[in-house]
Amino acid sequence: MTTLAPPVQRRSSEQTSAGGRSGPVAWLALPAFLMFAAFGIIPLIGVLVLSFTQWDGIGDIHPAGFDSWTTVLKDPGLVHALWVTFLIMALSWAFQTPLSLLIGVYLATQNRYREILAVIYFVPLLLSSAALAITYKALLDPNFGLGAGLGIPLLQQDWLGRDNLALGVLVFVVSWQFIPFHSLIYQSGVRQIPTAMYEASEIDGAGRVRQFFSITLPQLKYTIITSSTLMVVGSLTFFDLIFVLTAGGPGDATRALALDMYKRGFQANLMGPASVIAVILVLVGLGLALLLRRLGGRDATESQMEGV
Amino acid sequence: MERNILSRRNFLGLSMGVGAGVALAACGSSGPGTGSGGGSGAGAASYWFLTGAPGEGIRTNTVNRFNQANPNSKITATTFQNDAYKTKIKTAIGAGQAPTIIWGWGGGTLRSYVQAGQVEDLTSWFGENAAVKDRLFPSSFGAATIDGKIYAMPAETVQPIVLFYNKRAFEKIGAQPPTTWGDVMDLVPKFNAAKIAPFSLGGQSRWTNMMWLEFLFDRIGGSEVFQAVFDGQKDAWSHPAALQALTMTQDLIKADGFIKGFSSITADSNADQALLYTGKAAMMLHGTWTYGGMAADGGDFVSSGSLGYMNFPPVDGGKGDVSDTVGNPGQYYSISSKATAEQKETAKKFFKDAVLADAEVKEWVDAGAVPIVKGTESAFSASKDADFLKFVYNTSANAKTFAQSWDQALSPTAAEKLLDNIAQLFQLKISPQQWVTNMNGTIGQ
Repeated sequence: MTTLAPPVQRRSSEQTSAGGRSGPVAWLALPAFLMFAAFGIIPLIGVLVLSFTQWDGIGDIHPAGFDSWTTVLKDPGLVHALWVTFLIMALSWAFQTPLSLLIGVYLATQNRYREILAVIYFVPLLLSSAALAITYKALLDPNFGLGAGLGIPLLQQDWLGRDNLALGVLVFVVSWQFIPFHSLIYQSGVRQIPTAMYEASEIDGAGRVRQFFSITLPQLKYTIITSSTLMVVGSLTFFDLIFVLTAGGPGDATRALALDMYKRGFQANLMGPASVIAVILVLVGLGLALLLRRLGGRDATESQMEGV
Repeated sequence: MERNILSRRNFLGLSMGVGAGVALAACGSSGPGTGSGGGSGAGAASYWFLTGAPGEGIRTNTVNRFNQANPNSKITATTFQNDAYKTKIKTAIGAGQAPTIIWGWGGGTLRSYVQAGQVEDLTSWFGENAAVKDRLFPSSFGAATIDGKIYAMPAETVQPIVLFYNKRAFEKIGAQPPTTWGDVMDLVPKFNAAKIAPFSLGGQSRWTNMMWLEFLFDRIGGSEVFQAVFDGQKDAWSHPAALQALTMTQDLIKADGFIKGFSSITADSNADQALLYTGKAAMMLHGTWTYGGMAADGGDFVSSGSLGYMNFPPVDGGKGDVSDTVGNPGQYYSISSKATAEQKETAKKFFKDAVLADAEVKEWVDAGAVPIVKGTESAFSASKDADFLKFVYNTSANAKTFAQSWDQALSPTAAEKLLDNIAQLFQLKISPQQWVTNMNGTIGQ
């Protein structure tokens, strides 16, 4: 099966060059590691230390043992914030994955208007979350927004004033913003699939749908895991969008973990409990990322090209 | 080797997600990078204040006038947008990098500065300069005084919260403005029947909801109800007047007293004011600082005299004094204790000679605001907003009690819990009794 040389060659060349690279690889990672240490590890240690103290951000820092931890862990607000975070995560994953997969697959084909469509699809990715939030807030305003302006009663909901609607709007805006990014990932994933597979399946009489489910989808397994990891871990840190769009409201219906952390730390001046939440965020993020890697099978490096 | 690639990818994937969270958490430790900190040693004093018209221009002019008169001891000004400033000033003070002159709201935030030993005690300075103190409204000193000592110079303008109403909306349904709480509840179904929302409210901002409780607590139980909370008395929120006020608030919400979708409207976007001047809502409880915005954006709404205003109506059988009001009794300038002796001298000279000098007073009046200086009524008649200015002046000067807004009077920690619980109350998610229980837990924080 050497009909489809380019992808196979690319893969094998990567393997050989990686094999001869064992020496330099370690120090090539050094700049990245230094950055990560300075802006990731050291602040993380600082936050961990702060979580065992009492500090209002202005005065002196007092050691407080496990006080902040017990306060936060006993607070029903934490369970609620975790639940909201999980809901946003799960819903935005469930909404984004199929759509970006389909758009990605479509963009990978040789279609006439593909290039133009690709550019249009990527526009939302270029906008800042804060700007998006302000725009959507204005559009969804029940009295001065799109619904009121056009006189369409269906659009005239209290979009950000009802618990479920507000959560739905958040998920929608998040998805609207990030589907282009994930489509890009899927697009490149699809292009890596050898066309020989499709040609072979065509000879065997497989239709387009069958091809999608039997070739495209299995071949995209690792792309799906990568994209899901980014979605899941990324959704833990959604802050700017929620902060501007709903400020955690109505009530505390959209108060996710990152927002809860900000409110405790910078609005209520409770740096100790805020640091506890930051640590919890880090732990949840690490746990989820590891879990998703595990879902990819015990040996994620096994080849999908066997027999090709 | 494959393993090496894996771990690198893994590492990057994790660091991207986690790094963002950590960066967010670490924001608190980043002080301002500018050299305008208090410890720079130069004679020039630094001064941070808020942007936004008309205050920004007036503050800048005052600084410029001072700098022209005192070429040897200048003040350098840096301006910040409101919300950014709140975080920035806290971080700067915490890092020992505060400006010489700290612009603030007094009350609970000032108390936290005082407890950290970050601001100068100005009690003796006011003793020596009685003339400075005596020309200001006495009510403005409450929020500057912590445990009997004065830590800030009251400045700028007085901003009580008043009940605005749209006269055109009242004409439309042929009704009169409310004179009691009973009238308010009677007006609600009438306005709703005419497809006009009785009250505009920017509920997402939370402190907007709080203003309702401030007035109802006062009108029902008198100013001592919140005073007990402020003094940290145990279970002070359990006052019967509190329960009654909270129940009445929820009754108003259940009767559709507020505009549909109020919990997603923010005050920052001025959408609540727009509802009033476009006639979509008939009344609005808001600070007098909204007057300028409505005059500027509302077309002929203000200039044609369609905007009505009054103090909050009394509640039948309530104990509170009908002249009581709440709001901002002034703005507050403090001096950083970390500043050099020279800088502190400059700041005090600035307080004495430039702050609320005649030129600044005139600028505030021209901008439609009432400076906290006694005897400025005569200047009002020249203004096109003379009636409103007189109303604000009289409301402030005649108030038996001018209470500071709760979220500014309480510590930031208690204020945040308060605002949270108020938002829940307005969503009808918690009962008045739960609200009281939750809030009693914050007393002394």
